Amino acid sequence: MNDTTNMERQATAAPAIELKGISKAFGPVQANKDISIRVMPGTIHGIIGENGAGKSTLMSILYGFYKADKGEIFISGKKTDIPDSQAAITAGIGMVFQHFKLVENFTVLENIILGAEDGRLLKPSLAKARKSLLKLADDYGLKVDPDALIQDIGVGMQQRVEILKALYRQADILILDEPTGVLTPAEADQLFRILGRLRSEGKTIILITHKLREIMNITDTVSVMRRGEMTATVKTAETSPAELAELMVGRKVLLRVDKKPAQPAEVVLDIKGLRVVDEKGVERLRGIDLQVRAGEILGVAGVAGNGQSELLEVLGGYQTGSGSVQVKGQALDLTGKHSDGQSRRNRGIAHVPEDRQREGLIMDFQAWENTAFGYHKDPAYRHGILMDNAAIKADTVEKMERFDVRPPNPRLAAKSFSGGNQQKIVLAREIERNPDLLLIGQPTRGVDIGAIEFIHQQIVALRDQGKAILLVSVELEEILALSDRVAVMFDGQVMGVRDASATDEKELGLMMAGITDTEADAKIGA
Amino acid sequence: MDVMPKWAEVVLVPLISLVLAAILSALVILGIGEDPVAAVKLMVTGALGSTYGWGYTLYYATNFMFTGLCVSIAFHARLFNIGGEGQAMLGGLGVALACLYIPWPHWSLALIGATAMAALFGAAWAAIPAFLQAKRGSHIVITTIMFNFIAAAVLNYILVNMMRPKGSMDPATARFPDATKLPTLHDLLAPIGINFSKAAPANISLLVAVAACIFLWVLIWRTRLGYEIRAYGQSESAAKYAGISPVKITMIAMVISGALAGMMAINNVMGEAERLVLNATEGAGFIGIAVALMGRSHPFGVFLAAILFGFLYQGGAELALWTSIPRELIVVIQALVILFTGALDNMVRMPLEKIFLGIRNARAPKPAEPAE
Repeated sequence: MNDTTNMERQATAAPAIELKGISKAFGPVQANKDISIRVMPGTIHGIIGENGAGKSTLMSILYGFYKADKGEIFISGKKTDIPDSQAAITAGIGMVFQHFKLVENFTVLENIILGAEDGRLLKPSLAKARKSLLKLADDYGLKVDPDALIQDIGVGMQQRVEILKALYRQADILILDEPTGVLTPAEADQLFRILGRLRSEGKTIILITHKLREIMNITDTVSVMRRGEMTATVKTAETSPAELAELMVGRKVLLRVDKKPAQPAEVVLDIKGLRVVDEKGVERLRGIDLQVRAGEILGVAGVAGNGQSELLEVLGGYQTGSGSVQVKGQALDLTGKHSDGQSRRNRGIAHVPEDRQREGLIMDFQAWENTAFGYHKDPAYRHGILMDNAAIKADTVEKMERFDVRPPNPRLAAKSFSGGNQQKIVLAREIERNPDLLLIGQPTRGVDIGAIEFIHQQIVALRDQGKAILLVSVELEEILALSDRVAVMFDGQVMGVRDASATDEKELGLMMAGITDTEADAKIGA
Repeated sequence: MDVMPKWAEVVLVPLISLVLAAILSALVILGIGEDPVAAVKLMVTGALGSTYGWGYTLYYATNFMFTGLCVSIAFHARLFNIGGEGQAMLGGLGVALACLYIPWPHWSLALIGATAMAALFGAAWAAIPAFLQAKRGSHIVITTIMFNFIAAAVLNYILVNMMRPKGSMDPATARFPDATKLPTLHDLLAPIGINFSKAAPANISLLVAVAACIFLWVLIWRTRLGYEIRAYGQSESAAKYAGISPVKITMIAMVISGALAGMMAINNVMGEAERLVLNATEGAGFIGIAVALMGRSHPFGVFLAAILFGFLYQGGAELALWTSIPRELIVVIQALVILFTGALDNMVRMPLEKIFLGIRNARAPKPAEPAE
């Protein structure tokens, strides 16, 4: 929140950043169209928009990764050229990327001076850095252990190191790209407190996110981007989530899922003592017990990297495991000859993987080829020893129509579709197989709000047909909106299972941070 | 959306690359004080001006088709098989064994038997690096290069110590029996009234190579196996998700690849030399890489690129024979073609994409909003 001195400063000072008429095209795609924006010093400015709206392109231009086709950049009122990231750093801009750029087996201190060493010898730079680091930590309340290895500290702490890296390089303007994607709710709150402190110390912060809640909580002003254009810039205090969502999508959207109470029947998926050890010998799943019944959605919540991916992979048949998994009363082969995607599909298990670009789709294949993906041995797609391409294409046209894939062109490569439409292609392929069990990971990651509504409806519709659904998502809101029961995973274990109607973000957030049931009860009680 | 129409992609880009390579070659010829126009004339008449020239051009082209297909199928599985040379050498051994030790009643049966042996030997030689890659993670580029040297050494040993006829000073096998003599294009075309040169080595293997092109096209684009190979080549992580076994696909793609390289031996060993000599492959295995690059790993593209390289080979030989332009210059010209069509592809593609984009934007001043 702005105090009065801040307000005065804004009125008199030049904007910390001013972009005038920025345009950038990649081939036929106009990523940024004539974008102008003013960010006042000592404020937090949110930039919100759907995936592909052009937020990241705009920030990459500001940080010198791309060169704008047109337009000017002013830093503190001075016209500035930013041809590369070195120039951005010199201009006082620091960037905290969504995926941290840290060397895992270096210490915090070594990471902070990396690329900003003062001379050929390391020792004096390290000593100097240690001094300024302690001062920074003091000034901004960013406590870290300078000698800890990055691999030994948590994600929240790693993010703190990224922020310190920027501050060490004398950044006055901090850009944070989707900073809360990897954090627990508690860690996110902590981050926001740090950002508030930085603001009160006069730093300017640009926060890129697609989460409306974060925008409402922390920013002073917010700009909305849609299809490469800046559709509005408003004071956060004068807007509402519903209005922002409408500005992002261009029409009114439903922010919740309509669904009837579940009617769970027999157990379809029964997991007992499931363990997974990955290629490096690290135990990723440490004895999981879970059950999913027909006609219910079991949501698996947790911060990314706590074993959810491995759970989907082992059930999907491309990761080996030990323990017992039964589907409709019959054991699944977890290590042997029948532990592959084909056998799983034959058992009535459909899988919408977490990462559609890396797993669910072949990006250079056309839509119709992707519709057969994983089911390419289906007799319906066979014509003698050849594939019946005509049959697959006809099937694709039908599926595209039912799932409202746009454009409905089966000959277009998967990479040419938007994220939401790519996801619809995967969903259509898996759901239309009428599976007994649907595994679905991050169903709406990188999907536009308009398509989220549709995808959620499809998942609920499948549940209402009496199918069992295992949903993995790092978006707690999505888990709560869709699931009938919620399991929380932490460090390869299930911390607990709750009825979705009888829990809330706070309780789940504590469990996601590894606090056990009883501890959580105590905390909530306290 | 693709920026360029398909015809521009498959015709215009390689064509412009070729023209650029030709211009640079002309400058090089000028640089060494020769007349480029005369040189081109000599190459064209030498390679295409007579049935004799055509016979040699097509003979080389046959070799390059086999090795080009070999590299292409591996490319589709994103495996870079540089071992075509060694696999073709081993294919030659298979052909020699089949022709020397089995009494064939007719050339047609001999052709079938020799083709099978050639494919088997080539496939086996490719299977070892494939296994090492699939099971042990040894990089296929390294192992296939190594296997070229091993193949040469093995062949040397076998020819000198085992298959050399007694009393011969030449590290080569005995001449194959007459029953295994393949019909040349002269023999094949005579019945329909075309008088093809008798001296040219092009033979019925050309038809086998063309059949291999068609077979491979069907395999890659129309069968489940081809689908799995392409899917694996595009994304290993997605292939695993779909239940496509990386080990299986690596093995199968490399075995097919090696078999195709091996089959080259029915052309150069059985069809032309009619005995197995040292270095019978003459680097065709490496030219195959360029052919596959230029043909974009598409069997039809490989067919055209193989004929182009056949032309360069034969035209180059003529040039060396009749002018003072050294044989090495041909290698320079071939290198320029490879450089422009393969390595510098984007240099032509990017400006061309810009032009097409400009045309499209001019036609439709307001690009349609993508449907939501």
